[in-house]
Amino acid sequence: MSMTKWMRSLVGLLAGTFASAVAHAETARSQYNLPVGATDISAQVHSLHMLILGVVTVIGVGVFGTMIYSIINHRRSKHPKPADFHESTTVEIVWTIIPFFVLIAMAVPAAGTLIKMEDTRNADLTVKITGFQWGWKYEYVGQDYEFVSMLSPESNQARQLGANKTPAELAQVDGGNYLWEVTNPLVLPTGKKVRFLITAQDVIHAWWVHDLAVKKDAIPGYINEAWTKINEPGTFRGVCAELCGRDHGFMPIVVKALPETEFNTWLAQKKGVEVAAVAPAVLTEAAPAAAEPAAAAPVEVAAATSAPAAAPAAKALSKDELMAQGKKVYEANCQACHQANGAGLPPNFPSLVGSPVANGDAKAHVGQVLHGKTGGGMMPPFKQLTDAEVAAVVTYERQSWGNKGSVVQASDVAALR
Amino acid sequence: MAHAHAHDGHDHDHHHGPDKGIMRWIKTTNHKDLGTLYLCFSFIMFFIGGLMSLVIRAELFQPGLQFVDPEFFNSMTTMHALVMIFGGVMPAFTGLANWMVPMMIGAGDLALPRVNNWGFWILPFGFAMLLSTLFMPGGAPAGGWTMYPPLVLQTGNAFPMLIFAVHLLGISSITGAINVVVTILNMRAPGMTLLKMPLFVWTWLITAYLLIATMPVLAGAVTMLLTDKYFGTSFFTASGGGDPVLFQHIFWFFGHPEVYILILPAFGIVSTIIPTFARKPLFGYASMVYATASIGFLSFIVWAHHMFTVGMPLAAELFFMFSTMLIAVPTGVKVFNWVATMWRGSMTFETPMLFALGFVFLFTLGGFSGLMLAITPVDFQYHDTYFVVAHFHYVLVPGAVFSIIAAIYYWIPKWTGRMYNEKLGKLHFWLSAIFINVTFFPQHFLGLAGMQRRVPDYNVMFTDFNVVSSIGAFAFFFSQFIFIGNMLVCMFGKRDGKVSDRVWEGTHGLEWTVPSPAPYHTFEDPPQVGENGEPVSAGQTAKAH
Ligand code: HEC
Ligand SMILES: [Cu+2]
Repeated sequence: MSMTKWMRSLVGLLAGTFASAVAHAETARSQYNLPVGATDISAQVHSLHMLILGVVTVIGVGVFGTMIYSIINHRRSKHPKPADFHESTTVEIVWTIIPFFVLIAMAVPAAGTLIKMEDTRNADLTVKITGFQWGWKYEYVGQDYEFVSMLSPESNQARQLGANKTPAELAQVDGGNYLWEVTNPLVLPTGKKVRFLITAQDVIHAWWVHDLAVKKDAIPGYINEAWTKINEPGTFRGVCAELCGRDHGFMPIVVKALPETEFNTWLAQKKGVEVAAVAPAVLTEAAPAAAEPAAAAPVEVAAATSAPAAAPAAKALSKDELMAQGKKVYEANCQACHQANGAGLPPNFPSLVGSPVANGDAKAHVGQVLHGKTGGGMMPPFKQLTDAEVAAVVTYERQSWGNKGSVVQASDVAALR
Repeated sequence: MAHAHAHDGHDHDHHHGPDKGIMRWIKTTNHKDLGTLYLCFSFIMFFIGGLMSLVIRAELFQPGLQFVDPEFFNSMTTMHALVMIFGGVMPAFTGLANWMVPMMIGAGDLALPRVNNWGFWILPFGFAMLLSTLFMPGGAPAGGWTMYPPLVLQTGNAFPMLIFAVHLLGISSITGAINVVVTILNMRAPGMTLLKMPLFVWTWLITAYLLIATMPVLAGAVTMLLTDKYFGTSFFTASGGGDPVLFQHIFWFFGHPEVYILILPAFGIVSTIIPTFARKPLFGYASMVYATASIGFLSFIVWAHHMFTVGMPLAAELFFMFSTMLIAVPTGVKVFNWVATMWRGSMTFETPMLFALGFVFLFTLGGFSGLMLAITPVDFQYHDTYFVVAHFHYVLVPGAVFSIIAAIYYWIPKWTGRMYNEKLGKLHFWLSAIFINVTFFPQHFLGLAGMQRRVPDYNVMFTDFNVVSSIGAFAFFFSQFIFIGNMLVCMFGKRDGKVSDRVWEGTHGLEWTVPSPAPYHTFEDPPQVGENGEPVSAGQTAKAH
């Protein structure tokens, strides 16, 4: 880091903090304390926290007060002749017994809250969460809808070693949510008990959303349960809490809570993309009102993903147009695993450079993207992308990094759905 | 009653003092030489581990990645922990036990001097192996010092080095522990019954049992990792029918007693120093012993509080919550006893006392956050955040490390026959006490506000406290050079003959009956200890003086 860079960061420090304070109006996260959060449970957890903090503060004032008094008054200059006592059975019994009662007074409400937290019965909706290196897959159980959520491309670029961003610049990334923004947020209904089934693909992760007071390890081979019931609509941000390898710090979680009706519209619309894709015309600009209810709903798929969707899917595009759009789609959806240079992160995520799929039959390539491959590896299906997007990203992969695959058009993709 | 047989005569050729040159240190079986070796080794490790923490704090000084790749960052957190725990704190306590246990119980040496030599000399090899992975392709272990599978199984060539290094460090600890137990049980001076032993000896005796009980468990766990990786077993691999959570249970069955291994000797040191400078006997000696023993016992039944989020049955969560909260009782007794020892004493505040008092204040703070962490529903929020990082650094740095520093200031005049520089000692204390709080106190806020641990980068919202914390860490690190300088002068400076045998006005116990500096061989004939725990007849070395 050069000297000027240091100066810049120091100056940026104050500005950055200020900017972040503004940007956080969204959830007004406290810099000092646990949040009260968005659920009854999180509020209870918060009050338990305040209770025990109060208890230890009182004990601390007592113990430290006595010590300080003694240090001041029982120093040799003031108290030259030491007393000689060295035991008192009564006192010792008293200060062994009293803590017992204090502990019981804390254990009782704690146990009550814990029992409630572990009661996952009678859920209205179940979401299966699968952690992987480094992102989350969400599956609405029984709804046949699933998607992958990873660090947003903007944060992902800014966090690279050598990106050399000042704190002030980082404060602007993703509207103040640097490292806390994802490609696709998990959308949940408010006022409904949502059960989470949490597991992992590769190593142990932990799904943690501060405001919901939910933190559960995602363990390969295990399915852990947790639940939440969000009271008000809002956006809640979390992170992976268990060390899971190189990019452990870069697999955030975003939960968007919508009123039930809006949630239902959202889900239907999301599932609709797959249905509508059979008739590509629906997705063209000719019928924006029908095709883009998402614009009305507060939920957006990451901007980069939806932007190219506006392009008419039926019309054949030039290679350059496909490449330009494909790059965007790639950055938003594929880069986290396959990396910007296509080299992937072997052995988990294969390189696309010179890959037989990217250089061979286009059908297999499109199939790979539409249906994913969830055997040994972890390539989620990308059914939620439009034909135009799939065509663009597939073309991009087939024509980049020295690959020599054919150009693919949206109509080819539609034929393969 | 056990009798001392220090004059067994196994080391007749050593009676005329140490060998000369480097071979003295390689071949030595003398408890004082080995104590010195252990302590010097631990300080080299503290230095290396400290440098690693500076890499961590430099990267975290600002949001964004400035200096290191995330994988290397993970290596740093992993290695920092392993080096500090197994290379810094544990060998430092073993070094203190080497020096002081025989002198405190009136024994001529440890019971198994050659094992003692071997136990020490394993360590440099173990750490050479571990640290060499920093230079290997694929880098050093980066899966956390807790080595959770399946992540740790992704470690590259460093993996077998990690496992074998842990084996070596474990063997070293076990030999040290066996030596302490055998010595304490068999070689006490006549008249020194168990309940007359100094508390440092008591706490080390219990620590040694904890070590003997748990280090093999760790060795077993890492061996299972090794076979999982290379020999096709699947103890911890779900796809092969194994259980990744099983590892965590085994690890923390070792890991929680390990936490007390790192703090019980510190309790002993503080219980020795406070009465000296308060000029008043330790309050509640017997309850101190019972409290230590009950902490030792409880430490075996609380392990799963490190893993509340793995998804245990409700009953297990409740059990581990209650048992963990129980530990507050004996720990509270200890703190109350220390305060009662100070009460109406006649205190002076030389450097060892300052560090001991710093210990009581700051360790208690760490105890408070520990109690908060015990409350399971709230622990879900604290777990794996900087709140936990702040908690365990409070109990380990101003806890364990301050006690080690206090012990060295306290006993080094006896070891070297030269007083350290009191002004520099006090300066060292105040800088350390201030900057350790500057480093770790803000981390409580970071954790509560939601910053997860083991990450190289963070949202700008966390910038301020990270800046403060990093500044504190650098300042704390460099403050320690005052200490090193002060100690080097004690070791190599001219003796001015001003140090008496008692050294401090308020001292009691056998170690203060031998000359300063303590001769190479002490108590070849054991002293006789009277009813009140004080020597009635001095041992041979003291007579010679
Ligand atoms: C969550 C990580 C992840 C994401 C995101 C991801 N992939 Fe993959 N991809 C994989 C894995 C794992 C494989 C290997 C699957 C297997 O063969 O088991 C793979 C394989 C492929 C292959 C075949 C490579 C070969 O030579 O076998 C192609 C092509 C591909 N992905 C394209 C894409 C595209 C296009 C996207 C974005 C729309 C994408 N991937 C997003 C993980 C990912
Ligand atoms: Cu993770």
